[in-house]
Parts: sequence; C-alpha cells; structure tokens
Amino acid sequence: MRIQIIAAALAALLTVSMEAQAKLNVFACEPEWKSLAETLGGEQVKVTSATTAFQDPHHIEARPSLIAKTRRADVLICTGSELEIGWLPLLLRQSGNGSVQEGQPGYFMASEQVSRIEVPQQMDRSMGDIHAGGNPHVHLDPHRLLTIAQAFSARLQALDPDHMDDYQGRLENFEARWLTAIESWEKQAVALKGKKVVVHHKNWSYLLNWLGVEAVADLEPKPGIPPTSSHLVSLLQVTKAEQPEAILVAAYQDDKGARWLADKSGVPLVRLPFTVGGNEDAGDLTSLYENTLSLLLSAVNGS
Amino acid sequence: MKLDRFLTGSLLSGGLLLSSYGFAGEQIMVDKAEYEQLKAAVKLLMEESKTSKQAVQDAQQAASEAAASAQAASKEAERVAERGRAAPKKVASTGGRISGNEFNPAISLILDGRYTDIDNSDLELPGFQLGGEAGLPDNGFTTGHNELVISANIDDKFYGALTAAIVYDEGETEFELEEAYIETLGLGHGLTLKGGRFFSGIGYLNSIHDHAHDFADRPLVYDALFGGHLMETGLQARWVAPTDFYLSFGAEVTSGSEFPGGENDNNNGLGFFVKTGGDINESSSWQLGASYYTTDFDVREAGGHSHGHGDDEADNELLDGDVDIAGIDFVYKWAPNGNPKQTNFKFQAEYFVRDEKGHAEFTEGLNSAEADYDGEQEGFYAQAIYQFMPAWRVGVRYDHLEADNRFINFVDNGIDLDEFLEESGLGTVDDPNRTSVMLDYTPSHFSRIRLQYSEFDNGLDDTEDMITLQYIMSLGSHGAHSY
Repeated sequence: MRIQIIAAALAALLTVSMEAQAKLNVFACEPEWKSLAETLGGEQVKVTSATTAFQDPHHIEARPSLIAKTRRADVLICTGSELEIGWLPLLLRQSGNGSVQEGQPGYFMASEQVSRIEVPQQMDRSMGDIHAGGNPHVHLDPHRLLTIAQAFSARLQALDPDHMDDYQGRLENFEARWLTAIESWEKQAVALKGKKVVVHHKNWSYLLNWLGVEAVADLEPKPGIPPTSSHLVSLLQVTKAEQPEAILVAAYQDDKGARWLADKSGVPLVRLPFTVGGNEDAGDLTSLYENTLSLLLSAVNGS
Repeated sequence: MKLDRFLTGSLLSGGLLLSSYGFAGEQIMVDKAEYEQLKAAVKLLMEESKTSKQAVQDAQQAASEAAASAQAASKEAERVAERGRAAPKKVASTGGRISGNEFNPAISLILDGRYTDIDNSDLELPGFQLGGEAGLPDNGFTTGHNELVISANIDDKFYGALTAAIVYDEGETEFELEEAYIETLGLGHGLTLKGGRFFSGIGYLNSIHDHAHDFADRPLVYDALFGGHLMETGLQARWVAPTDFYLSFGAEVTSGSEFPGGENDNNNGLGFFVKTGGDINESSSWQLGASYYTTDFDVREAGGHSHGHGDDEADNELLDGDVDIAGIDFVYKWAPNGNPKQTNFKFQAEYFVRDEKGHAEFTEGLNSAEADYDGEQEGFYAQAIYQFMPAWRVGVRYDHLEADNRFINFVDNGIDLDEFLEESGLGTVDDPNRTSVMLDYTPSHFSRIRLQYSEFDNGLDDTEDMITLQYIMSLGSHGAHSY
C-alpha cells in the first residue's frame, strides 16, 4: 500500500516535470519582462514573474518558491545592472540549475543590452544605493525596449530553434506595432516637453528623458534612502520655486512623503503604474505606456 | 613595459653568461675574435632593445589615445541615449582599459561592537557540556565578531567563499576561519556540490552568520548543542527537486571532529537535511526543514570559550562518544503584497533533540571520577520580529532547554558523584530558559544598531539580566541574505 502511494507520488512528480518541458520555461524577474516574454514567446513559452508591480524589485526575498521556479527555468529575463543583486545571485546559486547561470544562453539581462544613463563616476556608499553599471530602470524608454525585444527574441530563437520562425514572426509583428505606437506617443508627448516633475527614486529617468520632462527634485535624499522629514521640508521650497506639474510615485512605493509634499505645495500626486499590472489599465506593455502617458497628460492639463 | 623588462633581463643573463665564460678561462679559452663577435652581438641586442622601447612607447601612446577617443565615444553614446535613442549594445565603459581590479572578488567586512551590561559572563548550562564557541559576552565594551568575507564566481563552474572572524579577546587577537569552501555552479539538474569548511546545512539558523541574526546572541539551543554553529570540514551535496513547490535534499560527509563531535579517525560526521516551502499568497511565505546529524568519536574535550575561568588543571572528557541530533525548523514571513520595505513580519522556531552516549571522565589534579553516560537533551527557541516602520524593528524570543542525563558504573577516585555532576557540566538542575526583547534601527542595508534586553535563568543560580547595545556595520560589497 505504502509503496503504491510513493509510486503514485513519484509518477505525479514526473508528469509535472514532463509537462513543463514541452514549453520553454521563462523566469522573469519583473512584470515588464514577463509581458515582453509572453508577447515574443506566445504559446511556446510558460512565463512566471518573480515580482509583482506592488513589490520593489530592489528588495524582495529569495523565497523557497522562487528557488523552485529558478530550478525549472530554461531562460531568465531580468533587468540586470545590479537591480536584483539582493536576491538573484542567491536564487541562482541555490537552484542548481546550470542553464541559467551567468554567461549561459539562458541568462538574459535586459538593461545590459542597451546603453545606460547615470553611470556613477565614483562609487561610495555615502551616495546611497547606486549601481555601478548605471541606472537599471530601462523599460520605460520605448526605444531601448525595442532593442531589448530584438535581443531577447534572438535568444529565444537560439534556445528553441525548432520554433525559430514563430519567434521571428512575433518579433516582426511586435516591432511594427511598437514603432507605430511610439510615433503616436511621441506626438502626444509634445505637450509634456519642458515640464517639471518631482520624483521618488530615480526609476523614472529613462521615461522623463524620452519625454523631455525635467525632474526638479527627488523625494529620496539619496537613492534608496527613504524620504526624511528634513529633506521633505527642503523640497517644499524647491517645489514652490520650480512649480512642477506633478509628484510621481510608482505603484509599489509608499506615498506618505509624497502625500505630505502634495498637501503642502498643492502639486498633484500622480501614482503611475511603473510596470505591467501597476494599475487596472496597465495590462501589457502597450497599455502601460498609454496609461502612463494619459496620466501624465491629465496632470499637466489639470493644472 | 613587460617587453622592456624582458629585454633587460635577457641582456643581464647574457652578460652573466659571458662573465661565467670569462671566469672559466682556464678550461675554455675565448679567443679575441670570438670576444669581438660577442661584443658586436651585445651591441646589436642593445640597439634592438632601444627600438623596442620606442615601439612600446609608441604603442602606449596609441593606446592612451584610443582610450581617450573611446571615452569620448562613450560620452557621445550617453548623450545620444539621453536624447532618448537606444544605442544598441553599447556598454558605457571607460574605454578599452584592461584592469585586473575588475576581477577582484567581492569583499565585505562586517564590524561588530557592543556594550554589554552583565553580572556574570561565564556561561553555565547544567546538563550540557559546553564546547565550540558557546559563551556569553564580557561585561562592558567589547568588539564582537568582526567578519571578513571574500567571495566570487571562480569561473563558470565554481563559486568560492571565505569567511574569517577577527575576534579580540583578553588581550589577544584571534583569527578564526569560519568558512572556506568552493561550490559548483553549473552542474545542472538541481545538483550542487560543496567542499571545504562550511557551516552545516542543518537547521535554519546554522548556516546563517551571526551578523545576519535578529538578536545579539545565538539561541541557547545552538550554543548548548552545537557550540554556536555546527561547523564542518568535508563535502556537501544538495539537490533541488524539479517540482512546482520547493523541495530540496542535502547530505554531508564530514570530519565530524568539531563540537559536538570529537577526535576520530574515520570522518565520522554525517548530516542530512530536507527543506520545503512555498507561498501561501502574495504576502506570506514559509519554509519547513528537518535535519539529522550523527558522529562518533574517541575523545571530546568539553569546555568552550568560557571567559575568565580560574586556571584549575581540570580535564573534562567524553570518551568513545556517540552523538545523534535531530531537529525541525520553521520560518514564516509576511509583508504586505510581498513588499517588505515598509513593514514586515517574521516568525521562526527550531527544535533539536540530542542523544549522546559515552564514557565521561573528570580529572582534577590527582583526583578523578568517571561514569558511563547516556544523555537526552533537547531545546527550542521561538522568535518573532516585526518591522513596524522603515528601518525600525522590534523582536521577542524565548529559549528553553531540557536535559535528562543518566549515569551507570560511577567510579569515585577522590571526586564524589555530586562534585562530578557539577564539574563535568552533565548534572541537571532546573531547565534553563531565557526571554529576550530587542529593538533595532537599520538606516540602510549596511548599518544596524540594536538594543537588546535578556532575562536568563540557567536553572542554577538566580535569574540574570543582560542589556546589550550593539552595532553591526557592513563595508564593501554586501552579498544577498538567504530567506
């Protein structure tokens, strides 16, 4: 009897792992890469995301469930540039999965496919949580995103050559849609050019550079250091002098500091999705950009 | 530069060769023509060296020009990027400079200092022979466990790490090797092998270094049963099952000579552990583990780091010993939406039971006593930590130990049973227990200041209070902490 139960359990385990092997298992570190992998991989891939839009990708725990997922992954798609340094190296070491280790074809770091801005000239911890490789939050620049999509599709094609044509077809479809979308977004974004905003962490830099919007203040006194009351007070003066259009907060961020500043200065607080799933409208990459733009535009038009 | 040195070197050795020819003159006559020939050859070599030097200088010039233009190019790329156009595949580096520093391993230094208010810093746990690093901090200002951690991927196949503790104690600086191991990276199929000296994978807290613990001291059960941590030298194999939920198995073959083991000839240490865990929902996750460790030994010397003991010539040994330890551990973590930045909560508990047998011998000067000993000791701790706002955490922990030791064939050679029981540490009184509360402040990932209060009843004397103010700071790269 006992042997039968064990045999049944083993059989169940095997079926689970066999089924998984039919598709390419993609482990995405953040929701934006999950969405990209789904778009480019279609029915050939099974994608899981390590984080949600309500989690700070800098700080999550290397949970047991994530070790199990890393163990079964055929390819990782993560931001890189040290964004996940607090947990990804640990997942890799504990997973015992040879195909997703650094340097393997199954290891894909999105931000390392494109140039990065804000590369520090000097590294010192007193400067806060800075990344030697530059600002890793590249996914809100649509041009960089396209380059990343091309590189990731090439990776999928190399890993799963049987479906090369499928991947290529999806990429071409995506490129066409994306380029049209960029054109229309850039037309809308003309209204945002030269406007000023207050940010909470440097995770908007690529978006703001693309849109030509200037960040006049940061709620964090140093990258990664939560807002302090003295810093907020000093921001109040900057805000009054610079007259920004909005205070930007990501879905995963605590808005206590931002709310205080918004109340005192009258500048509206705008909670942006930051990534796919950050609000109800941002269901995929395209709607993430559309929603972000429309929220920014309505903030500018409202004031 | 290298070429330069090489040429000088070959010239020098050529010269030496010549002079040795000269001094060996009695056997080998160097005629004038040959000498002239050699002289010409040397001259030629020197000319060549000059032109090579020039070439090297030219190359250096060209390299620095290239580096400068690469720097300019990367700046340009950045400018382009800032205009919002993605420059594909252009890493913003500082040009083609090759620097060995890029390959330096990650180095981190952990500084630990404390002020402790304690009346008696001799740790005594009746029923438990102490070993390893079990102990209490000294009264007053002390530097704790300063740790140096060096780690890196060695190549695409191996990872390596070394952790050494630098401890200043009673006027002496000790350098203790805690871990020095290599581990496979790309073995695949969920398999990882580790070799060297490492903290055993048993339990939850055993493999986590003290600086990452949530209290200023280790749980009593770790001090009592493992002498702090079960440290091992040997091999470990781990396998993660290809299942949807987390399931991993580990086995260790080790020297088995560290406390609670002892001297043995056959690498008798054997450890096994299994861990499973998962997410309950987006906000909460858990891990459950079970472990087993066994070793047997010829001799185990008892008595750990106990500070400030009188220097009596006592000898406290366990001969022909056999130790088995089994344990379970559980961790539960919660953070709203899985985002621990604002608030989070953690509960953890571990229980271990140790069964040990052996021939206990206690000798003091000319007097001694001995007995066959069979003990069953167990202990647990449970703790809860709550981060109520960014950077601030509170925690509470309860520790409990229990020992049931039996003796037969007692022999009194000048030491009676009562004295033997007390001096050997094997006699049981009441169950030791301790309650601790702590508050810590963590302004960044790299610094922490902690205040802790403990009320410790070792089952023997009166209850003892301990207040600790501690800092733990981490310099340099700071590796990820495990779940």
